[in-house]
Amino acid sequence: MDLQTLTYIVVGATFALYIGIAIWARAQSTGDFYVAGGNVNPIANAMATAADWMSAASFISMAGLIAFNGYGASVFLMGWTGGYVLLAMLLAPYLRKFGKYTVPEFIGERYYSDTARVIAVICLILASITYVIGQMKGIGVAFSRFLETDYDTGLYVGMAIVFFYAVLGGMKGITYTQIAQYVVLITAYTVPAIFISLHLTGNPLPQLGLGDRLLSDGTYVLDKLDQLLVDLGFNRYTTQVMGNDLNMFVYTLTLMIGTAGLPHVIMRFFTVRTVRDARLSAGWALVFIALLYTVAPAVGGMARLNLMDTIQTGPVGSPEGNLPYEQRPEWFKKWETTGLLKFEDKNGDGRIQYYNDKNPEFAKQAEQWGWKGSELKVDRDIMVLANPEIAGLPNWVIALVVAGGLAAALSTAAGLLLAIASAISHDILKGLVVRDMSERAELRASRIAMALTVLLAGYLGLNPPDFAAGTVAIAFGLAAASLFPALIMGIFFKHINREGAIWGMIAGMGVTLLYVFQHKGIMFIPGTAFLGDMPANWFFGISPNAFGAVGALVNFIVAFLVTKFTSPTPVHIQDLVDDIRVPKGSKSVVQGAH
Amino acid sequence: MSEETRLDNYAYWRANLRLLTICLTIWFIVSYGFGILLADVLNQFRIGGYPLGFWFAQQGSIYAFIILTFCYAWKMNRLDRQHDVHEE
Repeated sequence: MDLQTLTYIVVGATFALYIGIAIWARAQSTGDFYVAGGNVNPIANAMATAADWMSAASFISMAGLIAFNGYGASVFLMGWTGGYVLLAMLLAPYLRKFGKYTVPEFIGERYYSDTARVIAVICLILASITYVIGQMKGIGVAFSRFLETDYDTGLYVGMAIVFFYAVLGGMKGITYTQIAQYVVLITAYTVPAIFISLHLTGNPLPQLGLGDRLLSDGTYVLDKLDQLLVDLGFNRYTTQVMGNDLNMFVYTLTLMIGTAGLPHVIMRFFTVRTVRDARLSAGWALVFIALLYTVAPAVGGMARLNLMDTIQTGPVGSPEGNLPYEQRPEWFKKWETTGLLKFEDKNGDGRIQYYNDKNPEFAKQAEQWGWKGSELKVDRDIMVLANPEIAGLPNWVIALVVAGGLAAALSTAAGLLLAIASAISHDILKGLVVRDMSERAELRASRIAMALTVLLAGYLGLNPPDFAAGTVAIAFGLAAASLFPALIMGIFFKHINREGAIWGMIAGMGVTLLYVFQHKGIMFIPGTAFLGDMPANWFFGISPNAFGAVGALVNFIVAFLVTKFTSPTPVHIQDLVDDIRVPKGSKSVVQGAH
Repeated sequence: MSEETRLDNYAYWRANLRLLTICLTIWFIVSYGFGILLADVLNQFRIGGYPLGFWFAQQGSIYAFIILTFCYAWKMNRLDRQHDVHEE
């Protein structure tokens, strides 16, 4: 069977499965719609959390980021896992005890203020929308490969699927679909990784394979990679940093606290029965996430090695050392049609030279060999999708990877859309505008809100501001700078009052947005960046994506200062905080759930 | 809430904060310490083909996070019972 047919069958089968589950578990009440009835098993919730969490960025872009940034990409690995430690210890148990539907609802009640609630909604929407853009881009890439069309068409098809999926499902449908999606995506991710690890090192565990010796010449994988990259003027794989050490530190911190502050993740812990389950569920979620995150470094490293080996077939610098364009492999041709892989024969020798032409010292040497610039442009996002083909794996593996990438993007998009829709329908409409709205009306309102969000996200996906993981990173900055500090202070610092929280959130978000916009353009519109996207203008060399932690610090400082000069927290709110600090007396969010 | 319960809850909260401090210190050391700040120093040592600092940044810290989270959950469940604040 040819690849195209096989891919259709595999992807079609997984879609049928999701749609089946979504129909079987569709929401009957607002309790179902917002928190899946509040009685999800902790391990099932953990699996759904993992699928919700592992986005197109994790599945498609991250290994590519690792492949091209080496050690520098550790910020994503540590940042996107370490945040769960914070979530498990500092947030999930207490917010579960609080026992409501949304994150802004907690902020509104804890800070006894509708204004605080609205600001939290704005933070949530900004963070979730930027995050959704990343998913849309991921869907576009996966579909364009799968349907062998251009990116835009892929995006339209993806939007249609998400639309059906998110509007019907609600949290209940989403939870059970995400469990299926987790199984698909983790299988799709690990199977090729195991094959590639076996192929290169003979070690079936990719986590160990990356630290093992190559079957071909007995050198360690990482040593070989370091050598090959240095020979071609690139930085050493195992030591290249992202910016500088301070940037890596702050970036990791931003991703960690952003992870813990992202509403669509926190929301998942409202669906379990007890506080004890919330703690346990966070631990299991980390296990399921780590299955992918510990494999990703192997996928990235080995993909880079395979790519370099394909192109640099002989000694560096010898005229016969590079692959002739005419002899390029099948996968090369396929990815050229998507426009994500580009070859330009700059020196007209009919061979592909791929090296670091930004390195001035190496450029001199390259010139002597008759090289006139690197001739290959590789979009990082294709690394995972092209990996099985580069490694020559069977067609069914390639089909599985496409299904996995789509599962990752769909599950995360659904979770994010739910967070946005519930903020609009539950916090704004029901909480502030029409307080006596019936349950049926609220359910309908949240579905309409969701539909509108899909359209907006789709529009933004057609004009993507940055590569997928980069866009997502900005969402983390916003969650880190606005929501995380407000939640932490709400639980751990009883005296922080309404005014402190409000001004803290405004300051934190303001500083972060200003910093991102001044370097990346206002709402990412090209040409509106008033300081220019130049590392030279960065504050202590901290990149805009990494700035959320600084925003969080500003948030904390402003909140403490403002609290000092305004009236203290009322006693009944202090009692509320005392109450959420102990598990005893927790009730399910939904009446009669157990 | 009686005064006795209030005091006991306070003791529970203090114990929780102590445990949190220990856990988060380890969390910081394995990631920011071993994975970033001390990575260059640790890279002089190796685990198989992995330079040690690189290993902590891309593998070790994640394993440590898992162990930490489960230890915390287990300890807290015990603490809940000791202070009689557990559910059900």
